[in-house]
Amino acid sequence: MDAILLQFLNGLDKGGAYALIALGLTLVFGTLGVVNFAHGALFMLGAFCAVTFNKLLNLEQVVLDETQKTAWGSALEIRTPYVETLFGDFGHFLIDYSVPISILITIPVMLLIGIAMERGLIKYFYKRPHADQILVTFGLAIVIQEIVKHYFGANPIPQSAPEIVAGSANIGAWFGLSDNIVYPWWRLVYFGFSAFIIAAVFSFLQFTTYGMVVRAGMRDSETVGLLGINIQRRFTVVFGLAAVVAGLAGVMYTPILPPDYHMGMDFLVLSFVVVVVGGMGSLPGAVLAGFLLGILQSFASMNEITSIFPGIDQIIIYLVAVVILLTMPRGLLGREGVMEE
Amino acid sequence: MSKLFMTRRGLLKAGAASGVALAAPMSFVRGAYAEEFCNLPTGSSVTLGFNVPQSGPYADEGADELRAYQLAVKHLNGEGDGGMLSTFSSKALKGNGILGKKVEYVTGDTQTKSDAARASAKRMIEKDGAIMITGGSSSGVAVAVQGLCQETGIIFMAGLTHSNDTTGKDKKRFGFRHFFNAYQSGLALGPILAEQLGKERRAYHLTADYNWGWTQEESIKNTTEGLGWQTVNAVRTPLGAGDFSQYLTPVLNSGADVLVLNHYGKDMVNSLTQAVQFGMRAKQVNGKDFEVVVPLFSRLMAQGAGENIKGILGTTNWNWSLKDDASATFVKSFGQEYGAPPSQAAQTCYVQTLLYADAVERAGTFAPPEVIAALEGFEFDGLGNGKTLYRAADHQCMKDVLVVRGNANPTSQFDLLEVVKIVPREEVTYDPSIFGGDLGPADVKAC
Repeated sequence: MDAILLQFLNGLDKGGAYALIALGLTLVFGTLGVVNFAHGALFMLGAFCAVTFNKLLNLEQVVLDETQKTAWGSALEIRTPYVETLFGDFGHFLIDYSVPISILITIPVMLLIGIAMERGLIKYFYKRPHADQILVTFGLAIVIQEIVKHYFGANPIPQSAPEIVAGSANIGAWFGLSDNIVYPWWRLVYFGFSAFIIAAVFSFLQFTTYGMVVRAGMRDSETVGLLGINIQRRFTVVFGLAAVVAGLAGVMYTPILPPDYHMGMDFLVLSFVVVVVGGMGSLPGAVLAGFLLGILQSFASMNEITSIFPGIDQIIIYLVAVVILLTMPRGLLGREGVMEE
Repeated sequence: MSKLFMTRRGLLKAGAASGVALAAPMSFVRGAYAEEFCNLPTGSSVTLGFNVPQSGPYADEGADELRAYQLAVKHLNGEGDGGMLSTFSSKALKGNGILGKKVEYVTGDTQTKSDAARASAKRMIEKDGAIMITGGSSSGVAVAVQGLCQETGIIFMAGLTHSNDTTGKDKKRFGFRHFFNAYQSGLALGPILAEQLGKERRAYHLTADYNWGWTQEESIKNTTEGLGWQTVNAVRTPLGAGDFSQYLTPVLNSGADVLVLNHYGKDMVNSLTQAVQFGMRAKQVNGKDFEVVVPLFSRLMAQGAGENIKGILGTTNWNWSLKDDASATFVKSFGQEYGAPPSQAAQTCYVQTLLYADAVERAGTFAPPEVIAALEGFEFDGLGNGKTLYRAADHQCMKDVLVVRGNANPTSQFDLLEVVKIVPREEVTYDPSIFGGDLGPADVKAC
């Protein structure tokens, strides 16, 4: 029972990340009709916004202490971050909360990157076949990865969660269950955060005029265009929005997974499966499938299950995708006419 | 148009003739070269091939290996401060290159992929005329390149490779390993685990699902079970899983009080970070403090795990904080050159280059059979790991192994590991026959 509850939590957490990335993918596909393989790179870039912010905060004043020597004979370097020398306790607070605070920087940065990407490259591929789009965005992803690797190296760069949520929560005790049910605070925060972002995106699309126009454009961009609305510009903003969502997912994921240049690719393939299972172009489908597959993957790696089907944890997602596509060729919530013309 | 017309018979004739024409000179060349071994240097210089990961997940480790190789070449050619040439027990090397020939090198990128590593080694052998190949930062690569070197008759001095197979079932006459292996990690770690964690423990293994992970899991399991520990479970995790939460939560309820992470590189950083987040360092099980053990530690990787490695036990081939003359000399010359201390990968690569050069000097020839004979059973000292034997039976170095712990109070950004014990060579020496395998012939001339 404990094990099932814990795996369920793991699934929600993983599902949150899948859903956020898949949501952005679907937004782009639904509006612009572009299959964006560089979306994982946006997730990674978001994570590196947090890394960069943290590095800036940790810029150190280096004082050479001539009285102490390193093993190779040079003077020992005493390093103190500038923010701590300048701001004292507040500086310390900034460093401690660098991950959540970097959200504030990530939003404008990712919006700009997203818009630049769409205006600078993607827009030239609207009329091209999907294969071309996949190739160009995949190439772009590799370029972005290599740039990040050049500046940040290949090793993961750990980011710590604020001290207040660094430990784990004794969930078992909350519900009067076993003491063995503990779960890291930050993962709970991450789940809450992803739920919030998903809700925010849906509210934006559902309850604002801007969102209504975008939804109308997703249905029939030609008619919306005929009504005198510059739908392309709105779609550009939606691309920026998708980049922001991916970026935020990346920022908040850094304390769970020390980011490296390759983390985007690791998530991308799974997110595509999520999109396909959810139904191409369906936003609720992407979210539903994200959580569903996250939870299934967690359950599949339970020892009780792997002892019967060894290795099932590594293929379950693809297995489920096959079954769903065989029985529901449009995915869980896919609608008619998408990618069928 | 009709001039270009060709009959079937004409085509066959032409084809046969050109086939003969192409084959004839090649067969003469082959015959002429078969007398000689591969790539014997004829001019005033000799070329070594440094095959390291310059891209991919171990690129930082590869960069450090390359720094060490460049330093070794400098020292062999008599430039710089000479490094460990002055502490090395063999005095055959004079700082005038190898057998008077200036040392030059070419580099390749293994990408931490067996096929890419083989291809780049092949290029260095066939195109650049490398007389010896060295490097690599994973066992998959080492085994693949070693196999290629055996086929072509080129000596391979392995870099960082920890799997038992490299000098076990996949050992080769032309392959030599200075780095220690998973079996020795187990032998070294066992007594310390018993001493520090007690003899009644229940261990849970998470193991990277590939060659090296399996051999390490087996080695550590054998040792700990020999101590009286129980193994609760051993779970294989896919390489590069990223999020290990679904493998970590079952540990919480398993009744285990030790978690053994048979992971390396990125997997180690991720699984360790996440295990700490799940409160495993702060937990009590069976009335004991829950402990995490990482049998193979690397300082470069430890940087990625940040705070989380503090207090965690593991083993390592060498650490720059060692105080013996040879280590101090090496750290000094590496630190002055690059402004940072060498990693264990850098040390093993530097030492391997010196050992090869020294063997050639002592043999008096570059011919592989003599060089191999000079390395086999060679006893030396003064290269940073105490008295060392290059064992003839499996080409594995027998030397001290370090048991280390993540440093709780580091004095600098490099001071991440604290040496708990230098386990003497006798305690990590084992019977080479337990892993099987066959070295193969020494007189391969397959250029």
